[in-house]
Amino acid sequence: MWQIIHKMGSPPWFYRFAGTVLRWALPIVLLLLVVGAVWGLLFAPPDFRQGNSYRIIFIHVPASVVALAGYYVMAFAGAVSLIWKIKMADTAMRAVAPVGAALTFIALVTGAVWGKPTWGTWWVWDARITSMLILFFLYVGVMALFEAYENKAAAAKACAVLSLVGTVNIPIIYKSVDWWYSLHQPASIKFSGASAIDSSMLYPLLLMIVAFYGLFACCVMLNMRAELLDTHRGASWLQRALLERD
Amino acid sequence: MPPDLWQFLWGQMRRQLRVGMSKPGEVLNPLLFFVMVVTLFPIGLGPNPERLALLAPGILWVVALLSNLTVSGRLFAADFEDGSLEQLALASHPLALTALSQVVAHWLLSGVTLTLASPLFAVMLNLPVQAIPVLMASLLLGSFSLSLVGAIGAALTVGIRRGGLLLSLLIIPLYVPILVFGVSAVSEAANVGDPMRWLALLGAFAAGGIVLAPLAIAAGLRISLDS
Amino acid sequence: MAFESLQAAWQMAGHGPYVWGAYGLTAVVLIALVWMPIARARTVSRQILAEHRRAQSARPASVSSEVSDAS
Repeated sequence: MWQIIHKMGSPPWFYRFAGTVLRWALPIVLLLLVVGAVWGLLFAPPDFRQGNSYRIIFIHVPASVVALAGYYVMAFAGAVSLIWKIKMADTAMRAVAPVGAALTFIALVTGAVWGKPTWGTWWVWDARITSMLILFFLYVGVMALFEAYENKAAAAKACAVLSLVGTVNIPIIYKSVDWWYSLHQPASIKFSGASAIDSSMLYPLLLMIVAFYGLFACCVMLNMRAELLDTHRGASWLQRALLERD
Repeated sequence: MPPDLWQFLWGQMRRQLRVGMSKPGEVLNPLLFFVMVVTLFPIGLGPNPERLALLAPGILWVVALLSNLTVSGRLFAADFEDGSLEQLALASHPLALTALSQVVAHWLLSGVTLTLASPLFAVMLNLPVQAIPVLMASLLLGSFSLSLVGAIGAALTVGIRRGGLLLSLLIIPLYVPILVFGVSAVSEAANVGDPMRWLALLGAFAAGGIVLAPLAIAAGLRISLDS
Repeated sequence: MAFESLQAAWQMAGHGPYVWGAYGLTAVVLIALVWMPIARARTVSRQILAEHRRAQSARPASVSSEVSDAS
C-alpha cells in the first residue's frame, strides 16, 4: 500500500492514473447522481410532516457531509505536505479547496431554500447552519490566503498551517454553537433525527451520499490534473502523455 | 526551562511592553474604539434599558472581538519590517516561546486594559451589576485566547501587503467558540444561572491555546519570513 | 412514481419552486465544478501540443529524432 502512496507523489504517474480512473469513474458518478436525484425527486414518498419540501434533503445532507469531510481531507493533505514535503500533497490540498467551498455553498443555499416552506424563514440560526457558514469562511480563507502570497511555495505552506488550525477548531465551533443555541431555540425547529427516517427515503439518501463522495474524488482529480498540466508545461513526460492520447 | 531562556523571554516581554507603552496611542486607541462602538449600540438599538440589558453580553463581547481584530494586525508588523523578527527566528531560543512572550505582552496591553475598563461599558449598557465580575473574568480569559488566535492570523499574514482584511477573514471563524463561551458566561451571570461551566470552557480553550497556538504562530512566522 | 402526473410532480403541492429550484441550482454548480477543470485542461494541453509542434518544426529532422530517443 505504501508503494501506491509513494507512486502518487510522482506527477507523471498520478497524471496517468487519474486519467485512467476518471475515464470510467466520472460517467458512473454522474449517472449515480442523476439516478439518485430522480429517485429522490419523483419516487420517494412525500414526508408525513414536511410534504414534498423534504426532498431537498437528498442534496443538502450529502453536500454537507462531503463538504465537512473535504475540509479534513484538505487539512490532511496539508499536513502530509508540511511533514514529508511532498509537492503532490500541496496540489491535492489546493485541488480540494474550491470543491469543498462549492459543496458548502450548495449546502447553505439548499438549507435556506428548504427552510422557507418548512419553517417559514429563509434562514434559521441553528448550530448546523451556523457551523456550515463558518466552514464556508474557513474554505474561502484558505483560498484567499493562497492568492495573497506571491511566493507560491510559501503560500502552500501557509494554507497547510491554516487548514490544520481550522481542523482543530471545527468540532469546537460546532459544539459551542450547539450548546449556545440549544439554550435559546425552541425544539420544534430542530430537524428530527435521522434515526426516524424511513427506508424508502434512506436508500436514495445513501445513494446520493455515495455519489457526492464520488463526485468529490473526481473533481479533486480533475483539478489536480489541470494543475499538473499548468505547472509542468515544458516537461517531456507530459508532452508524451498528451501525444499518446492523440 | 533553562534560566537563560527564561531571562530571554522575560526580556522580550519587557521590551514589547516598553515599546507598547511608549506609544500610548497603541494602548488607548483600541480602548477608545471600544468606547465609541459601545456608544453606538444604544443609539442604534434604542435606549430601552431592558433591551440593552438583554443584549449587553453579546454587544460587549462582539466589540471586544472587533477591537482585538484591529490590533492583531500590528502584532508582528514592526518587528517584521525592521528585521528583528528574522533575528529572533534565527536565534537559538525556540521561536514558539518567543512568539508566546510577545503575545502575552500584547495581551497585557490590550486584553487586560479592556477587562479593567469593562465595568464602565457594562454600566453604559445596563448590564446587571452582579454580572460584572463574571464579565471581567470572561474578558480576561477570553481576550487571552483572542490574542493567541489573532497572533496565528497575524503570523500568517504579516508579509502580505494590506493583509488586515485577509486577517479578519481568517480568524473570525476561529473566534466564534470564544465568543460563544464568553457571552454565555456573562448571560448566565446576568440571569442568576451558572456561569462557571462557561468560564471553565474559556479556561480550557485558553489552556489548549497556550500549548498549540505558539506552534502555529512560529510556523506562520517562518513561512512569512521565507516568502 | 410518488405523484399522479408529471404536472403534479412539477408543482409538488406548492413546494415545487423550492425543490426544483434547489435541485436546479445544485445541478448548475456541480456542472460548473466538473466543467471548469476539464476546459482548463483542454486549453492548456492544446497550448502545450502547439508549442511542441512549433519546437519540432523549428528543428531539423535529425535532431528531433535524437530528442525523442533521449526522452
